[in-house]
Amino acid sequence: MTAFWSWFVAAGTIVFIIWCIWLVSWSAKQGPQGKEDEDLVGHKWDGDLEEWNNPAPKWWLYLYFITIAWAVGYMVVYPGIGAFEGTAGWTSEGQYEQEVQRAEERYAPIYEKFSAMDFDTLVQDEEALALGGSLFASYCTTCHGSDARGAPGYPNLTDGDWQWGDSEDAIIATLTSGRMAVMTPWAQILGSDEAVDNMVRYVQSLSGMVEADAGTMSAQAQFTTFCAACHMPDGTGNQAVGAPNLTDDIWLYGSDADTIRTAIEQGRNGQMPAHGEFLGENRTRILAAYVKSLSQ
Amino acid sequence: MDTTASYNDKVVRQFAIMTVIWGIVGMLVGLIIAAQLMWPALNFDLPYLTFSRLRPLHTNAVIFAFGGCALFGTSYYVVQRTCHARLAFGKLAAFTFWGWQLIIVLAAITLPLGITQSKEYAELEWPIDLLIAVVWVAYAIVFFGTIYQRRIKHIYVANWFYGAFIITVAVLHIFNNLAIPVTLTKSYQIYTGVIDAMMQWWYGHNAVGFFLTAGFLGMMYYFVPKQAGRPVYSYRLSVVHFWSLIAVYMWAGPHHLHYTSLPDWAQTLGMVFSIILLAPSWGGMINGIMTLSGAWHKLRSDPIIKFMIVGLSFYGMSTFEGPMMSIKTVNALSHYTEWTIGHVHSGALGWVGMMTIGSIYCLLPRLYNKDSMYSTKLIDFHFWTATIGVVLYAVSMWVAGIGEGLMSRAVNADGTLTYAFIEILASKYPYYGMRLLGGLVYFVGMVVMAYNVYKTVAKEKPVPVAVMDPA
Repeated sequence: MTAFWSWFVAAGTIVFIIWCIWLVSWSAKQGPQGKEDEDLVGHKWDGDLEEWNNPAPKWWLYLYFITIAWAVGYMVVYPGIGAFEGTAGWTSEGQYEQEVQRAEERYAPIYEKFSAMDFDTLVQDEEALALGGSLFASYCTTCHGSDARGAPGYPNLTDGDWQWGDSEDAIIATLTSGRMAVMTPWAQILGSDEAVDNMVRYVQSLSGMVEADAGTMSAQAQFTTFCAACHMPDGTGNQAVGAPNLTDDIWLYGSDADTIRTAIEQGRNGQMPAHGEFLGENRTRILAAYVKSLSQ
Repeated sequence: MDTTASYNDKVVRQFAIMTVIWGIVGMLVGLIIAAQLMWPALNFDLPYLTFSRLRPLHTNAVIFAFGGCALFGTSYYVVQRTCHARLAFGKLAAFTFWGWQLIIVLAAITLPLGITQSKEYAELEWPIDLLIAVVWVAYAIVFFGTIYQRRIKHIYVANWFYGAFIITVAVLHIFNNLAIPVTLTKSYQIYTGVIDAMMQWWYGHNAVGFFLTAGFLGMMYYFVPKQAGRPVYSYRLSVVHFWSLIAVYMWAGPHHLHYTSLPDWAQTLGMVFSIILLAPSWGGMINGIMTLSGAWHKLRSDPIIKFMIVGLSFYGMSTFEGPMMSIKTVNALSHYTEWTIGHVHSGALGWVGMMTIGSIYCLLPRLYNKDSMYSTKLIDFHFWTATIGVVLYAVSMWVAGIGEGLMSRAVNADGTLTYAFIEILASKYPYYGMRLLGGLVYFVGMVVMAYNVYKTVAKEKPVPVAVMDPA
């Protein structure tokens, strides 16, 4: 905050507080202090609308003063009056960091003791898997489901099919940095609706869903030219770029012709967010072991 | 009769009737989305009926259609009666009625189509926003024009509140909706990032403070003493709480943005001024309840008074709850939970709804030269449905919300979350049912009201009422 705005905000704050105090004091002094029915103000509207001028209840005036006093006190201790930081030195960022640090001190040792265990043992260790299950419930179920079987666009983690690989390093890399799977749109390059239709059926033929025919034969040449770079000439995919295997019966978005056509025409964007920064190394490894164990 | 010697009650009648109709429409949409939270299939896989599109339709319909028509209608009535003058600019007043109805219809069309600015309570796109601004300025000209032509020196307290509401809503609406149009149905806000958030909640909270509080306090200050047949309890209390309320409300918006990227100092100001707001808010409640005090015996025979006293009680409760929820420690638990929904509806159904219903029951017979509504028994029935409905609604959401907050922060011994999102959702399911029931009961009361109103006004040919000379 610049000095000008600091003074501007501070002045506004103080003026409004003083305004409230002045109003309460003014009202306490106004009019007769007794409670008499004949203390009508003397105005009359619409035939019968009149006003008494009773004093405000004492408890109400005190309540008003107490809230004002509390507000002033709060703004002395906490940031509020312009750029004045408050005597407690509190910031919301500081509070967050403190809470994170306290949680780390308390919970880090629980995960720390598995840091020396090698990955294959970790995948078998019941205690580690229980921890991994809790982590999974906290961080992964929103997309992958509480049973880890995913949803269209969100991989099933229990089927033994790995889009990015199932080695320790691959799973940890997926969790730590996230993944961005990109399939670009191909309709224009394939050239015609017929070519797209043929490609849809060719893709389906890779897993034996439809019989090969003249159409799929013509699509095969285009597949070799355009698709094989990622999905490999035989359609078995490439974990290095997250290109799915098209020859099995596992489908990330669905195997019906319309869904495949959408993928070809519009492309796909698969996103797995990065979790490394807030999970830390130990939790990430335990979670990776749990994910690996899901398909074993 | 010379039209200048009589009150312009036609526009008041129009707004009063539409208040009831839009109330039913808005609450029906509320019922549908409450049911959708229990049975998501009720959107029938139609984009127009999804929760995300019907929810803004519900909020806009109940706040701006139901509440708005009530405020237009009662303010036009009150300002004439308490200024002892006919409404200024009759044609402009008629324009505000038809303009406001057009805005509501446009909202009802565009929101289900998904045309939205994505700003809460300010979803309507720029062409409708412009129309709102024009109608609102016309409203101000009519209202303040009448004040200017008043035949009595002192301006009655109800008009201070209506006036503050009209001026402030104009400022809020215009500044929060500043946008660059791209097409007829799409625009971009001129504010970015946290400034946009701050503008939005400066608007959002003052929509509560001036539309749903100051405006309805204006209603309260006329209809409560009128129905009770007693003077307003304290003139000086009304002065203090009026000037405090309008000064302090302006600062409270940031409490909607606790623990966000909004700078700490702004969050603090939002919080401390929300706390200071408690006493000014209660000033209005005290003045209303103490005005009714002394007319307690009427509670036995007059259900309209019951609406008013319960409305004022809910006003007191939600203006206590609000400052408490603005405290960061409490907010950390309550924010983003159903508690907020419970809080809002105890204010909306309890305060705004009951005060409006009571005032309309008080107003309608007078507009049609009758002594009372068609059936007092039905008003009493409506009172009980409204009370039971709002209690069921508020209690279920308090319980669901506090449970939700506690479950969200529960952690296991290993530091992981105890409950997954879906488990928290499952825990709220029974309370969603209770809330739906509460809403349904409240809605039934509104339908009964519509019947009562119909029987009262059907076939009636209203006679112009002569402007009363000041005492």
